[in-house]
Parts: sequence; C-alpha cells; structure tokens
Amino acid sequence: MEWTRKDLIGIEPLSRDELETIIHTASGFKRILDRSVKKVPALRGKTIVNLFLEPSTRTKLAFEMAATRLSADVITVNADASSFVKGETLRDTAQNICALNADMIVLRHSAPGAAKYLSEIIDVPVINAGDGSHEHPTQALLDAFTLLEHLGSLEGKKITILGDILFSRVARSNIFSLTKFGANVTVAGPATLVPKTFESMGVTVVHDLRTALDDADAVMLLRIQHERQSSTHFPSLGEYTSMFGLNKLRASWLKPNAIIMHPGPINRGVEIDSDLADSKQSVILEQVTNGIATRMAVLYLCSGGSISALETPAE
Amino acid sequence: MSNSRIITNGRIIDPKNARDEEGDLFIKEGKIVETLSKDELKQAEKTDAKGLVVCPGLVDIHVHLREPGQTHKETIETGSWAAAAGGFTTIVCMPNTNPPADTAGTIQYILDAAKRAAVVNVYPTGCITVGRLGDKLAPIGSLKRAGVVAITDDGDCVQNNEIMRRALEYAKMFDLPIMDHCQDMALTRDAVMNEGEWSIRLGLQGWPAAAEDIIVARNVLLSEMTGAHVHMQHISSAGSVDIMRRAKQRNVNVTAEATPHHLALTDESIKDYNTNFKMNPPLRTEADRQALIEGLKDGTLNIVATDHAPHTNYEKDKEFDYAPFGILGSETCFAVSHQVLCEEAGIPLNDLIAWLTYKPAELLNLPAGTLNAGVAADVTILDPKATWQVNQNTIFSKSQNSPWWGQELKGKTVSTIVGGKTVFQNGQIIT
Repeated sequence: MEWTRKDLIGIEPLSRDELETIIHTASGFKRILDRSVKKVPALRGKTIVNLFLEPSTRTKLAFEMAATRLSADVITVNADASSFVKGETLRDTAQNICALNADMIVLRHSAPGAAKYLSEIIDVPVINAGDGSHEHPTQALLDAFTLLEHLGSLEGKKITILGDILFSRVARSNIFSLTKFGANVTVAGPATLVPKTFESMGVTVVHDLRTALDDADAVMLLRIQHERQSSTHFPSLGEYTSMFGLNKLRASWLKPNAIIMHPGPINRGVEIDSDLADSKQSVILEQVTNGIATRMAVLYLCSGGSISALETPAE
Repeated sequence: MSNSRIITNGRIIDPKNARDEEGDLFIKEGKIVETLSKDELKQAEKTDAKGLVVCPGLVDIHVHLREPGQTHKETIETGSWAAAAGGFTTIVCMPNTNPPADTAGTIQYILDAAKRAAVVNVYPTGCITVGRLGDKLAPIGSLKRAGVVAITDDGDCVQNNEIMRRALEYAKMFDLPIMDHCQDMALTRDAVMNEGEWSIRLGLQGWPAAAEDIIVARNVLLSEMTGAHVHMQHISSAGSVDIMRRAKQRNVNVTAEATPHHLALTDESIKDYNTNFKMNPPLRTEADRQALIEGLKDGTLNIVATDHAPHTNYEKDKEFDYAPFGILGSETCFAVSHQVLCEEAGIPLNDLIAWLTYKPAELLNLPAGTLNAGVAADVTILDPKATWQVNQNTIFSKSQNSPWWGQELKGKTVSTIVGGKTVFQNGQIIT
C-alpha cells in the first residue's frame, strides 16, 4: 500500500499494513546499504533537522546516517546547545526552525506527547525519535524488521520483553507493534517496573522468569534506566541481576533458535550476561544495522517518497 | 430607577426553605422582602421570569482569583465577572497568591480590591502555614480578625501530621473551618495524571488515588481527635468517598466537595495530551466518577464547587508534563453540573441548587444561599432548558483554559443579581 502520513508519531495509530509498508521499504534500502555506493539521491536538496532535546547516541547517529544516505542535508541540535536552556518553548524553537525552511524535524524529547504536540503546531513532517516513556516508533519498526527476518512471521510467536517496562518507550511501541503482527507478547520484570495494568494493552504480565522465558521465540531485553528510577523501584542492580538478569541458564529455557535482542545501550553484566550479548543468538548489532534502513524508509516515506519509485533505484 | 424590584412568574426554587413554586419574588432596598406596597409595586422594576428558574445566588467556595501577584491569569475583577456570568453571587478565593495570603495585610488588600472591583461578594481564605510551606503555622487568629472565612494551603497539602493536628486545634478555637487539598506528595512526585490504564498507555507519570485517600483518612482521624471542621476539597476518587461515608456514619466533623469536571470527565480525556484536561487532583476513572455522583446523592459529599483555576494560553500551550494544573470552572459550572447530574443521572434540580447555594454557604457560615425575607437580594435566574455553545469570545475570565470549548451545554445563566442590582444579564456584565 502507499504511505499517506506526513508524520510518524507512534505505532499505536498505525495499521498492520502501514507497518508492513515501512518494513518493506526498509528492506529495499537495506539492499542498497550492501552496495559499494551506499547513497541514493532520494532526498537531495531537503534539509532535515534532528532536534534532540534529550541525550542519545545510537538513535541520533542512525538518523544522521539515514539522512546522509538519502542525500539530505542534516543538522543536529542538542538540548544543551539550544535555546531550550534559555527557556525557549518547544513551539518557539520549532517555529524558528521552520522559518529557516527545514523540510522535516526529527524530535527526541523527554515529555510524553511532545512529538504529537509538535506535529500539530508545524506543517513540516515530524518524526518521533522517542517522547519520554511514551513511544519510540522507529525502534519498534527496526525490531519488527529484525524479528521478521529471523522468524518469518510473528503470528502466534511468543515474544518476551524483559526489564523496565514502566518507564520504557521501547516497550510501549513494541507492544503496539508486536500485537498488531499477531505475536503473543509477555512483559516481565519486577512488579514495581512491570505493573499488572499493562495487561490492558493486550499483553501477559509475569514476574517469574521461568514462565516468561519458557519456549519463547525471542526475548527483548530493556536497559535498566538507573537515571530514571529513584531508588524506590528495586533494591539494587545486584539484586536485579540475580532476580531478573538474563544468564546462560535462563537463556536455555528459550526455544533453541530463539533470538536475543536489546535496543541498547546495554549494561553488560546487569540485565544481560556479557557472553550472551556477544553470542550467536544475539542480534543486537543487526538491530543497529537495520535501524539505518528503517530510518531511511521513514524519512523517505514521510517526505512523500513512494515505494514504487524505490523499486527501480535511480542509481 | 426605583429601589424596588419584582421578578414575576418564575419557578422559585429555595431549597433551604423547601420552596419550589411558581410565583413572584420581591426586592426592596437591596433585600428580599415578603411583598411590596401598592405604590412600591407600581414603581418597581419588573423582570419577567416566565419559564425560568429563580433561585438564591449561587455560592462557590473554591475559586482562584490570582490576585495579588498573578494578574496575568485573572484578577479579582475579571474573576468576579466570570463568577457572575456563571450565576454566582458569592465566591470564596484561595490563598495561593503571590505573596500567599498568610498575613492580615494581604487579606486586607484582597478585601479592598474586591470592594473596588468585584461585582459579586468575595470572601478570602488564609493560609494554614506561613508561605504555604507546611512547616510553621500562619497567624490564624489575625487572619480571622482580618476577615478570612476558612484556612487552607490549597494546592499544597500540609504533609506533616503534627502541624496539621495543631492547625486544627488552633483554628477550632476561632470556629474557622480548615479546607484541605488532599495529596500525599511522596506518592505523587512528577505525577501528571491518574495512575491507571491511560497513564500506562500514554507513558505519563501516574498519580494513584491512594495519594488522595491517605490524606482524606488522615484528616478524618485528626478531625475526630480535635473536633475541628475539616472540609475536603475537590474529592476525586471512589476510595475517598468511601472513607468520607464511613466518617460521617460516626458523625465526624468532616465535609467534602466535588467539582463539575470530576463529575463529568475521566482520565480517558487525556488521550490526545490536551493540557486543558490537566488538573490537580487528576481526572480519574468512570468508576470514580460514578462514586462521586453517588456520594453527592447520599450526602457523603456535601456540595459542588468549581476550583476555577485560570492559566494563560501561553502557560497551557506546552508539552503535557510542563503545563500547569488547573482549568476554568465558574462560567460552565451550572451547565456542566446540570447536564451530568440532572439530565444524565436524574437528580432533581432542587438538589443541585442546594449544593450550589445554602449548603456551601452553611459550611463556611456565609450570609448567603437563601431567599429568606430580610437577606441581601442575591438572586440568580437560570434557564435549565437553554443550550449554548462554550465559546472563547464570550467568556469573561482573563484566561481560556477550559476543557469545554466548542461543546454544547444545556443550562444557562440568564441574569445574576447581587444586593438587588443586576450584574449580569443577556451575556453582558453590567457594572
């Protein structure tokens, strides 16, 4: 199907067809990334502003690289270097960027709903690169892309998300995405970070790792965000690792060919055993690579590019 | 103009006197009278109220007038206009001004400004603690002498139980009610909406109902211990209603209010991150909303009050996390309450009028809320059948932070009379 949206705010409002359109486009771009000339002129002459008002390494790099591969001009604005620290509002910052004739804004922001708010203020496309604990749609798209490459279909597959679910935008976007693809999603971790209320989003909540991991087709680990949790959510990192960390014994409960995912940055030895992170089952670095193609697809589609045009690359 | 008035053929509803009949209401020299002499009748200004409800002027014991110190949001003048447009003739303003109303001087300023600029009766409240900081008692006796009708740290809840206990004992000596904004701060750090399915889905920090219930229970226990009257402001949760119900069965000296927005809306309204649905306490679930309506019906909750809380557009036009808590309430209170309680929940209009007149007046010992002969002629004429659209261009508040924009509401203020003088009529403030 053709893509008709101007913005990518979240996974929740998208249909399965729309998710598949993005992933199909991403796989097209992935083939281009394997060529010796990795650049296409799809967005030549366009200016993309990465407005990153919260720290990020991976996502920022991936968006910059995706824009570069599409031949767009890309400018990144970081919170500490912006007028945000002088008290300028998001509305004023964004309107100024638009007045400079930017063609697209990629927003990373600590407040849930910030990307939606921005998309209602300005006419140029807005891509959500993470809004607080709400959504991180491109992460969920690259995760689905990676899962589909390994599992073929997600229909009826058991996929477990383990860790800090409460504060995680990656978890929310993945819950929306994986349930749309027909997967059986389990969320697991300590009760303080995985409240039962998540069941209202159509997933199973468990606090027992054996149940969470038994026969799972994939496990997605989430980083323990010690900067967000005020000491009250679990006793210590050591206790977390002993109760909920993924180690070799616990990984043996998964299906034999199950894959281990992590959106990064990983805390080695905390939520994941260091060897497991580097093992054959781990697809953590594939996720990063797929992240470029996925973001190229999103930038391309939201700036009005069509999939059919992509089928016959210009170069 | 004559100093006599007659409002003819209205449906006169005066719940305090169990009066509900078609008839005429007489006013002389600013007071309600039984009747007028033949000569006075001849000269009297006549107002036809056929098909309309004539009731005591409405009383709102919970408004924020923002003066002194935050007059970009509202002033005593504009807040009184909004009240008059909503049919209120008596309002009680909260002390979270800048500076906070914790000295006799600030109370005197508010009373002077009200006398100069307000079109309705304004009664101030004073702080419980100095600066509303929760750690040192404000000069409650001096505040009483300066004219406060209650003390409250509204917006900030006294966290220290020892200070609260002493405040209750001390205020009781002056027969001053304590109004409390019930919120445990440790349970609500960074919270911006009700904790539940919607906060989980939206990724917003949740605010558990228990954070309110714990303080309601604390206040019940301290009221029981000291005998002081504690009034719980804007109750929002089913748990708090339950605690209040049981306290009242033991005849504890506690009362409570519900706001029109908690009676009408739920946390689902936040699904688009619209900051005009961000308030403190937060909108809760449908079960909580139903419990509030039940609480009013069985008398567990005593009254309706607005928590009219103006904020400018530029303050509200932000990411949800960064916008201030609070919404306008004065001008939509009757319509929203009428729609939710009378039209939808089948509650008699007389009950709603009682919750908006003599009942709130009695809680704070205000001389208002009835049509007794001899009292000041504060009268409101309402049209419960009229529908109107809430419109930014026709409101009187200085701010525009209402969740009801564009909505059709049923129930309208026709005119508002304060001390025999019309201050609002046909959509206009008359000064």
